[in-house]
Amino acid sequence: MTRPMTMAEKILAAHAGLDEVVPGQLIECDLDLVLANDVTAPIAIKTVRQITDKVFDPEKVLLVPDHYVPNKDIKSAEQAKIVREFAREQDITHFYEVGCMGVEHALLPEQGVVGAGDLIIGADSHTCTYGALGAFSTGVGSTDAGVGMATGKAWFKVPSTILFKINGQLNPGVTGKDIILHIIGKIGVDGALYQAMEFTGDVIANLPMDERFSISNMAIEAGGKAGLMEVDDVTRAYMDGRVERPYIEYHPDPDAEYAQVIEIDGADIVPTVAFPHLPSNTRPVAEARDVKIDQAVIGSCTNGRLDDMRQAAAVLKGRKVHPDVRCIVIPATQQVYRQCMEEGLMDVFLDANCAVSTPTCGPCLGGYMGILAAGERAIATTNRNFVGRMGDPTSEVYLSSPAVAAASAVLGHIGLPEDLD
Amino acid sequence: MQFKGTAHRYGRDIDTDVIIPARYLTTSDPVELAKHCLEDLDTQFVAKVAPGDILVAEENFGCGSSREHAPIAIKAAGVDVVIAKSFARIFYRNAINTGLAIMECPAAVDAIKGGDVVSVDTETGTIVDETTGETFTAQPFPPFIAEIIEAGGLVNRWKNKLGQE
Repeated sequence: MTRPMTMAEKILAAHAGLDEVVPGQLIECDLDLVLANDVTAPIAIKTVRQITDKVFDPEKVLLVPDHYVPNKDIKSAEQAKIVREFAREQDITHFYEVGCMGVEHALLPEQGVVGAGDLIIGADSHTCTYGALGAFSTGVGSTDAGVGMATGKAWFKVPSTILFKINGQLNPGVTGKDIILHIIGKIGVDGALYQAMEFTGDVIANLPMDERFSISNMAIEAGGKAGLMEVDDVTRAYMDGRVERPYIEYHPDPDAEYAQVIEIDGADIVPTVAFPHLPSNTRPVAEARDVKIDQAVIGSCTNGRLDDMRQAAAVLKGRKVHPDVRCIVIPATQQVYRQCMEEGLMDVFLDANCAVSTPTCGPCLGGYMGILAAGERAIATTNRNFVGRMGDPTSEVYLSSPAVAAASAVLGHIGLPEDLD
Repeated sequence: MQFKGTAHRYGRDIDTDVIIPARYLTTSDPVELAKHCLEDLDTQFVAKVAPGDILVAEENFGCGSSREHAPIAIKAAGVDVVIAKSFARIFYRNAINTGLAIMECPAAVDAIKGGDVVSVDTETGTIVDETTGETFTAQPFPPFIAEIIEAGGLVNRWKNKLGQE
């Protein structure tokens, strides 16, 4: 009889070839997938070449140029070229060229590349997104990713887990984004430092997959190593028909030991916005109406999926973006983009005077496609509002759900969809 | 390893976007990155930092993105060691992997003032504020991580390991 374990402990133990692990234990694990993008892959590729001529498995190395692609300038073109040439040389199965490319953490689940029970490292901090599928996935730097690509292995310190039990009735207009902003506001940007987060309860069970991804995606903004959710019928329905290989469900033992259990009443969560310059600096949207904005960005690995587009379009339908605001909509993948066209959402965005971009991380990290000038303010469905994140160091980013960003774009200041009536 | 230099002090949650803003991530050249290290936090940092200097910060140093460009920029700017109350976990791994010395020591962070001359011994974990004469001891690294540091980073550890097989 092994010790009762959390989801994180079970997945790590299985990949270390151990019956059990305990928090704090240092282990070496076999990796299912290793990911990098156009910013982090060039350094990872150098690391691979220092160790070996061939990656450990060309089907398990994922290369998604998405940050500055389609290339924003000559330097970023050179970075993307390094990735492209390496992918060709190594016969990488999952390399996504412009035209097939999407924002990595929206694209890889959509394409069925990542699945439940996987152990994944990615040279991108939002790799924790796949926790929503019941995978242990975590962000690392380029050297860890490069060593992972070369050897198929990585070392881990087994994290303790904080369990978030979210039950009760959500207020109207509250989405997955509001739930995770509420949690980060409560525990702080290092509230889960060195720890895994596990999300459970009725509220999670009733959320569609796209909103679950938003929650797991931002686990890193609380310092978390992973943001895990148990596989249920919603997860299975999402993975079936996408994930072609067998996936494994790891459920936490009922008597697993948690470092902390935090109970949250869904009724306490309201539409939330994170003020500059930390994701933990949260306030109710209703108390932020005096903040005028110059730009709204709807997209990213946090909120660029189909449900996000639908929620934004539902607010923008029949309305116009405020004349003092630029509203930039970025469907996160080609499939989301196409679906937006088929459902008529693209007409809604264009009729409302939004600019619609091909998939890219673009403005989220201050890359391009919507950089802020000195003193400008943006509301964004992205994940970080650090100093200078979207442009000039004196510009400001406010984080929100797609519906709140869309309503704010119309109002010209931060506000709720009901303020439009 | 032993280092001695002037302390530069900053607050908590120093994120990787201010350590090296994304607008400079179109290169991974350490010299280029060093020119912009911490510029969105302190426009004077690059001008005042001298080789061998020491960064001192509160909790959660290096939070945010996974960019390894952050420890690379700090090291290339001339900083030998970062002393903080705690480090964000990806930054912690990246620093060890790229050979930037880091030490966790809340007591030292509380006591050291910007401009103090500080000497450290990363093997014993000893931190001495030479300006005040106070001595502190940082958390020791677990043996496995000490082994990576001793090998000169993660890549060398793997090269050694594969060489022996």
